[in-house]
Amino acid sequence: MVAETPSKKLFSVTLRIWRQAGPSAPGRFVDYPAKDVNPDMSFLELLDVVNDGITLKGDEPVAFAHDCREGICGTCSCTINGKPHGPGKGIATCQLYMRSFQDGDTIVVEPFRAKAFPIQKDLVTDRAAFDKIQQAGGFISVRTGAAPDANSIPVPKEDADLAMDAATCIGCGACVAACKNASAMLFVAAKVSHLGLMPQGQPERDKRVLAMVQTMDEAGFGNCTNQYECSAVCPKLISHDFIARMNRDYVAAIFKSRFKPASNAAAGGAG
Amino acid sequence: MAKLESKVPSGPLAEKWRKHKTEIKLVNPANKRKYEVIVVGAGLAGSSCAATLAELGYKVKNFVFHDSPRRAHSIAAQGGINAAKNYQNDGDSVHRLYYDTLKGGDYRAREANVHRLAEVSVNIIDQCAAQGVPFAREYGGLLANRSFGGAQVSRTFYARGQTGQQLLLGAYSALSRKVGDGGVQLHTNSEMLDLVLVDGQAKGIIVRDLITGAVTRHSADAVVLATGGYGNVFNLSTYARQSNATAIWRAYKRGACLANPCYTQIHPTCIPVSGDYQSKLTLMSESLRNDGRIWVPKRKEDRLKKPADIAEADRDYYLERIYPSFGNLCPRDVASRAAKRMCDEGRGVGESGLGVYLDFSDAINRLGEPAVRERYGNLFDIYHEITAESAYQTPMRIFPAVHYTMGGLWVDYNLMSNIPGLFVLGEANFSDHGANRLGASALMQGLADGYFVIPYTIGDYLAGQKPGSRPATDRPEFKQAEDNVTGMTKRFLENKGSQPVSHFHKRLGKIMWEHCGMARTKEGLEAALQKIPALKEEFNATVRVPGSADTLNQSLEQAGRVADFIELGELLCRDALTREESCGGHFREEHQWPDGECKRDDEKFGHVAAWEYQGEGKAPLRNTEPLNYEFTKMSVRSYK
Repeated sequence: MVAETPSKKLFSVTLRIWRQAGPSAPGRFVDYPAKDVNPDMSFLELLDVVNDGITLKGDEPVAFAHDCREGICGTCSCTINGKPHGPGKGIATCQLYMRSFQDGDTIVVEPFRAKAFPIQKDLVTDRAAFDKIQQAGGFISVRTGAAPDANSIPVPKEDADLAMDAATCIGCGACVAACKNASAMLFVAAKVSHLGLMPQGQPERDKRVLAMVQTMDEAGFGNCTNQYECSAVCPKLISHDFIARMNRDYVAAIFKSRFKPASNAAAGGAG
Repeated sequence: MAKLESKVPSGPLAEKWRKHKTEIKLVNPANKRKYEVIVVGAGLAGSSCAATLAELGYKVKNFVFHDSPRRAHSIAAQGGINAAKNYQNDGDSVHRLYYDTLKGGDYRAREANVHRLAEVSVNIIDQCAAQGVPFAREYGGLLANRSFGGAQVSRTFYARGQTGQQLLLGAYSALSRKVGDGGVQLHTNSEMLDLVLVDGQAKGIIVRDLITGAVTRHSADAVVLATGGYGNVFNLSTYARQSNATAIWRAYKRGACLANPCYTQIHPTCIPVSGDYQSKLTLMSESLRNDGRIWVPKRKEDRLKKPADIAEADRDYYLERIYPSFGNLCPRDVASRAAKRMCDEGRGVGESGLGVYLDFSDAINRLGEPAVRERYGNLFDIYHEITAESAYQTPMRIFPAVHYTMGGLWVDYNLMSNIPGLFVLGEANFSDHGANRLGASALMQGLADGYFVIPYTIGDYLAGQKPGSRPATDRPEFKQAEDNVTGMTKRFLENKGSQPVSHFHKRLGKIMWEHCGMARTKEGLEAALQKIPALKEEFNATVRVPGSADTLNQSLEQAGRVADFIELGELLCRDALTREESCGGHFREEHQWPDGECKRDDEKFGHVAAWEYQGEGKAPLRNTEPLNYEFTKMSVRSYK
C-alpha cells in the first residue's frame, strides 16, 4: 500500500508543545524540532512521527486526542498558533496539512483552553460538559418502535437543509476555545436549532432550550458577547445566526413558562 | 468443539421473524429492572441497543473507550442507509433488498438473517426520521433517495455526505435521553480488556479507565459487544485510528468463535497513499460513483500525462466496458479488483501508479457545477484538503483501501455467540453481509441489530436467568480476568524494548496488504503465516512502552491493541488459506473464472468457518456451520 515517496520538497519546523503531566500538575512549553517534513503530511501525522522519536529517546510521548482523522468525530482538539484547529478555514486539526507551514516555522501547540474543559494531560482535555448538555434535552423523546411512517411527517426542504447546517456540528469544542468568554453558545444553539427547525422537535421545543441553556450555565461556560470567533473557527462553519435563533427560542420559552394560565382557568370550559 | 446452532426458526422465509417474535420468551415488565446488561461500544449498534434496552426497563451500563459516545466511528459513514420503503415507486420491496444483499454478499450469509434485516429496514427510517435526523428531502417535503453500488433501485436515504454522522447523532440523542433519566449508566474513556465467564456464561467484563488507569470489574446478567470491525489489522484503512479488535479478540480468547475473518472489504474509492508517514486513508463516498466515471488511459505511456491532455478516445472507462449493465455502480469488491487489474497492467495514474481517475466532467456538463456541489460538495472539499487539487477542475485520483470487515464473532439468529449471555451486534458480528457488504448496508445492519433485533432476542436469554442472580465481582473468575489484564500491562511497561508500537503496526499492515489484501495466493498466505509469528516474537521482545499504568498512557493502549491485531492477522491469513475458493471480498488467485471473476465452490465451502481458540501456541479449531439455502438459489454473481 505504500507508494514511492513523492518528489516533494521536504522542510523543517519546530513544534513548541504544551506538556502537562496531569490535571493538577504545572504545565510548560517544550520545543521539539522536526526535520524532513513532507508538505503532504497531516499535522497529526507529524505529531505521530515526533512522538515515535520521543519514545525512542526513552521519554513519554505527547498525549493528544484524535480518532477518525477525517474531520468528523470531533476528537482532535489542538490550538495551533493561537487558533483552535490552527490555520485554515472549516477544518478540524486532523485536516490540517503541513503544506500550510513553511520551512523554519515554530508552531505553538496547546490544548483547547476553557474552565469547563479541564486539561487531563498534555493536549487532552475533558469535554464531558458537552455530553451533559445533550443529556439535559438534546433529543426528541421517541421510544424505539413508536415512530409513524417517515413520509407522514413532511419537512419543507428549506427547513431540513437549515436543520442539517446546524446538525453538522461535530462537538469538538473549538467554539468554546476560541471565545474569550469560553461560551458554548454556538454548540448549544446548533443542537437547539437543528431539533427546533424540525416538526418532530416542536412538542419539546421550549423545555429543550430551557434545560440545555441551564445545564450549559451550570457547567461553567461563559456568555456570548457577539464576537463571532466561534463561527470563524468552527470546522463545519456553523453560523452564529443560530445563536440568535436560540436566544429567540429561549426568550419565548421563558415568557411562555412564566405566563401559564392559572390551573382553574385551564380547567374552565370542561364538562 | 463449539456447538454452533444457528437457531433459525422454521417456516416460510418471510414469516420467520414474525413467528420467532411471537414464540420467544418475554421478561415480565416488573422484572426488567432487576436485570443488568453491559453494552460495550456506542456506535450505531451500541448506542441504539443501550437506549432501547433502557427504554424497555433493563438497567444498562454502557462502556465506551472514546471520551464521548458521539465519537464512535459510525460517525464517519458518508453515503447512506438502505431501506425497502419503495418511496420511489421503482419496484423495490423487502424481497428485492433481501435478494440484493444476499447476492451482493456472494451467497455466504444466512438467508433468514438477511431477510430479517430487509424487513426491519423500513422501521429504521421511521425511527430515525422521528428522532429528527435531517435526511435529504425533496421540495414537497418528502424523503429523497439515491441509488448505491450493486442495486438497481433508489433505496438509499442520506443526509448530504454525512449520513453516518446524522444517524449516530440520532442514536446518541436517544442514548443521551436515557443517560439523563438514569436508565443508562455511561462509562466514557473506559476500555474493555477482558470478558468474564461464570459457569460458562458471559457475566462481566474488566475495564481500564483510560484517564486514571484504574482497572475495575463489572458484572451483569448479559454482555453485549458492539465494538466494530477489525480493519486496522491492515494498519492503513479508512477506519478511525483508535478502532480496534481488542474486545472481540479477548472474547475469542475466552471461547467465542470468530467467523470468516478473511472476509474483508476493500473499498474502491479512497484517496491514494502519499507517503510512509501515512496514518489513515480517506474514503470518497461510493455515492460519487452515481455521477463520476472511472477510467484509466488506454495506453501505459499516457499514465503520467495530465488527464486533460488525454483524448476521450484514449481513455478506458473500464467498468462501463466490462460491466455494461451496472457500469460504475458495480459492487465494491468487483470495482476494487478491476482497479487493481488496471494498475497491474501498468495503466495506474499518479506518481505511484497506484490510482485510477474518478471523473466528474460529464456530470458537471450535464447538471451544472452548483448541482454537483449540492450533492457532493463536502466530499470535494475533503479531497481538496488532502490533495490540494480541485475535483471540479480535474478528475479525482482514487485507489482501493481497507474499509470494512464482514467477518466477526459468530452469532446465532438471536445475535448470541456460542458463549451463552454474550451478544454481538453490528460490524463486530459476522452475520448479515456474507463475503461482501453492499454500500449503505452497514448503517442499516448496525441500527437493525440495536433498535429492532436485540431488544426482542435478549429477553429470550434473560427470561432463563433468575432475576438478581448475577455474580458478585469478588468471585475468582473476576480476579483471574483482572490479573490477566494487569499482568499484560506490567509486561508491556517492564519490557526494555527499542521500538515504538507504531513500528510493529506498520509492519503488520504491510504483511497483510501484500499477502492478504485484494488478491491472495497459497504461497503468499503461507509466507504471511511465517512472517506474522516472527513479528509477534519480535514485538514481545523489543516493543517499547513508556510511561506508567496509572495515568493516561496512549502508548500502552496502542500496545494492547497491536498485540491483538498481530494475533488476529495470523488467524485472518489462516482462514484465507483454508478457504480454497474466491467469494466476495476474499479473492484467491487460484480460484477465478477466465475473465478474472470470483469462482466460488459452494459444495466445499458453502459454509461459515468459525474459529475456536485452543490456547496459546496451539492451532485454532475450524468449526463449520453449513449454509442451507432453502429459498434462494446460490448462483454465479454477474454484474455484466
